[in-house]
Amino acid sequence: MQFEYLTLTELREKLDNKEISSVELTKYFLDRVKKSDLNAFITVTEEQALAGAAKADEFIGSDGENPFLSGIPYAAKDLFSVKGTRTTAASKILDNYIAPFDATSITKIKENYGVLLGKTNLDQFAHGSSGETSAYGPTKNAWDATRMPGGSSSGSASAVAGGLAPWATATETGGSIRQPASLSGISGWKPTYGRVSRYGVIAMGSSLDSIGAMAYSVEDLAGIAEVMSGRDEKDSTTGHIEVPKYSRLLNGDLAGLKVGVPNQYFIEGMEEGVKERVMEAIRELEKMGATLVNVDLPNTKYGSLVYAIVCPSEVSSNLARYDGIRYGHTVHQSAKDLMEVYAQSRAEGFGNEAKRRILTGTYVLSAGYYDAYYKKAQKVRRLIVNEFAEVFKQVDVLACPSTPSVAAKLGAAAENPLHGYIADQLNIPGSLAGLPALSVPCGFARPSDGETPSMDGLPVGLQIIGPQWGEQKIFNVGFAYQNATDWHKKHPVSE
Amino acid sequence: MSTGACSCIIPHMLTKEEVVKIAQLARIALSGEEVEKFQKELSTVLDYVEELKKVDTEGLEEVSQVTGLVNVQREDRVVESEHREEIFKNAPEMKDGYFKVKAIL
Repeated sequence: MQFEYLTLTELREKLDNKEISSVELTKYFLDRVKKSDLNAFITVTEEQALAGAAKADEFIGSDGENPFLSGIPYAAKDLFSVKGTRTTAASKILDNYIAPFDATSITKIKENYGVLLGKTNLDQFAHGSSGETSAYGPTKNAWDATRMPGGSSSGSASAVAGGLAPWATATETGGSIRQPASLSGISGWKPTYGRVSRYGVIAMGSSLDSIGAMAYSVEDLAGIAEVMSGRDEKDSTTGHIEVPKYSRLLNGDLAGLKVGVPNQYFIEGMEEGVKERVMEAIRELEKMGATLVNVDLPNTKYGSLVYAIVCPSEVSSNLARYDGIRYGHTVHQSAKDLMEVYAQSRAEGFGNEAKRRILTGTYVLSAGYYDAYYKKAQKVRRLIVNEFAEVFKQVDVLACPSTPSVAAKLGAAAENPLHGYIADQLNIPGSLAGLPALSVPCGFARPSDGETPSMDGLPVGLQIIGPQWGEQKIFNVGFAYQNATDWHKKHPVSE
Repeated sequence: MSTGACSCIIPHMLTKEEVVKIAQLARIALSGEEVEKFQKELSTVLDYVEELKKVDTEGLEEVSQVTGLVNVQREDRVVESEHREEIFKNAPEMKDGYFKVKAIL
């Protein structure tokens, strides 16, 4: 029997009916992980997984009232601290780091008897949009191994897309969930900033970091969101707004719903096939009763520029903690003084991209430049925040492409220090405003840079952006779309 | 995808001295090769964001956060914290329950 590519809802039924045990399911996926050559995982936690699965089997009752995630294996991006488990952020500076505590989201999944298979690969410290800045080698796209899966949540995307895990945690600062979900042909949820606790997730840009997930359906994401969301004393930026029963409130009726189509999200240089698939998807929403409204977001073009300042600034502050003294890579033994411990440990531990962001951030925050760069960027960010607020007075959600192109070849990002800012330009404005969004598969398009194994081409993602705390709205739209289409049920040919 | 930004003339070229100074502030040792590399790459990024300076932001308040939360407090009570031994396991060197560092002076 095959279990890869079953949704959580389908796996739940099999576990509840005792058709399969959590231990059997966990062994099945561990076996797939071991046989895979996608380089999706940095660490496999086999022993813990089997112990967790045995506990889940004891817990799971036959009355059908089991927690949604109980007994179901999942993968966690290697930014999530898991107590007693190696947590690297895909950087050599944390190669030997064993987290002494659990991230709040991990605690919540554990309390629901979720079973962790392992920690997934990513762009180093989540700095990147291709997966290639990892110190542990690039992750491959599950549809075409010569291409990037997108990033930074590259390993989580390929683990789900490759059928190695039925769902995975992921994080997004400016596109790192939506972009890889889109390029890998799966569903991804980037929450409202503050919806999910950041505690215990290795920080990148603290005013932007959002903790979310990837799965095969929006229905699954709604169930996952109920578990991961909520206020946390340990993260004072988590919202005080109650967490709705997203999955029970799912409503596929789009009658009367106003869907904004932002003119500025269909940019010059966008691949023709991507544009066509997304427009078809938007027309599908109209067929289901939604009213389409063309809207303008003229400050969209400044999003990536603001991000190119704000993100490295916050990175330079957050990455100051890696000092070679308390944990992580160190030259403590050989260094002659403290300054050398800092400078040499960091020189050896950080990859190129981390260094570039730290240096950029340090420069724009340094004396004499703060007003010209950082303060100015945060003011332009206000324009973006205000502009979204105005548009959401007219429409319920926005629908647009998740990315300007399908998955590029591995190596294409390396030569351009601006690659990420271009790849993520349709995601970044929403991140700057802290908005929730989904990427859902909406068909296939042929790449502009050569051939690919499947005649149909590579996955395209429809992006659905909602107002702050508007998770239910985007889940409803994604749910309705997936009821009407079966793009989310297409998977790479399983070996 | 455009890659044109790298090849154009860069009006905001940082000097090598500036890169060395930033690296010192950031506590990262750079090789001579790296200094040259980052001199170019940082200049590319600074050039990329130059357009922002032209945007009219008169009277706008900068965004320091998007949640709207103010003065978030929690109850002041004693809770059990992570165990010291667990935390110290990651430290390269310690003495008498403290992290050991090189002499500063």
